[in-house]
Amino acid sequence: MPKPKGAVIIDTERCKGCDLCVVACPTDCLELQKKEVNNRGYRFAHVIAPENCIGCASCALVCPDACIEVFKVMI
Amino acid sequence: MDIQDIIKPENKVYSSPRLLNDSTMHYCPGCSHGVVHKLVAEVIDEMGLEHNAIGIAPVGCAVFAYKYIDVDWIEAAHGRAPALATAAKRLNPDRLVFTYQGDGDFAAIGTAESIHAANRGENIAIIFINNGIYGMTGGQMAPTTLEGMKTATTPYGRNVELNGYPLDITKLLAQLDGTCYVTRQSVHKPAAVRQAKKAIRRAFENSVNRRGCSVVEILGTCSSGWKMTPHQSNLWMEEHMKEKYPVGDLKNIEE
Repeated sequence: MPKPKGAVIIDTERCKGCDLCVVACPTDCLELQKKEVNNRGYRFAHVIAPENCIGCASCALVCPDACIEVFKVMI
Repeated sequence: MDIQDIIKPENKVYSSPRLLNDSTMHYCPGCSHGVVHKLVAEVIDEMGLEHNAIGIAPVGCAVFAYKYIDVDWIEAAHGRAPALATAAKRLNPDRLVFTYQGDGDFAAIGTAESIHAANRGENIAIIFINNGIYGMTGGQMAPTTLEGMKTATTPYGRNVELNGYPLDITKLLAQLDGTCYVTRQSVHKPAAVRQAKKAIRRAFENSVNRRGCSVVEILGTCSSGWKMTPHQSNLWMEEHMKEKYPVGDLKNIEE
């Protein structure tokens, strides 16, 4: 059975570090930066486990600032 | 499989809506307005109404809505968006006319306009974001504030003897003959976002097809005003707001 495999691109300069995508991700791929901040001073979200991503787009749907792009393939 | 093999235009399943422009939104982190802006932009794009949509921006946190979504907008005086939408729709009967209002605008200062526009059955779509607080001015009590909810002006919680009861204006509007579709949605989870998008689409179709007034209430959060993190606000909203404001269709004349 083909399995979904996904990838996300996060616009880190637009991200405000609200944490909603991290909570929404069913496979725990995302995390907020612990120390690094973007130009506006927010701890932006980044991918910590790209191999877990299934391209479900839950993170992108709940993102209030539209900073996440999602790609998906079936392999 | 390498990540670079997945990141190709043909594999894209979600990206920022085309009609949402590049200006960074002024909303606080985790604000529900951002999600609803995305949905409005997506629905207008999917319906192909980019050049035929007129939005009425309110006063409140969403006052700069015209800066973010690339359609025609008019900025209304506080609470007067349904009145302005009435004029816009009567003069442009073939266009999509929608208002985007918060609870301070729609359920407080604009109560008369809201009720009368709905009662006249104006063919407009009203998107009403209810977060139970005056977010822009610093978290004061709004008519929609829940009983016992702490705000800047009710530090011990809303006392119904002093401040009255929370106003469920959507339920009120559902009783009027002029409304054709009245629903309440939320955007705190991916599934809820999909539902809210369907509701907005139906409301916009009703406006274009002149079926009457549609009201889409969206339960929002105000993490700054509620003094919580965005995630805590979502949990709080689910636990407390939905008790007083249950989610679902209140009226749909098509069914």
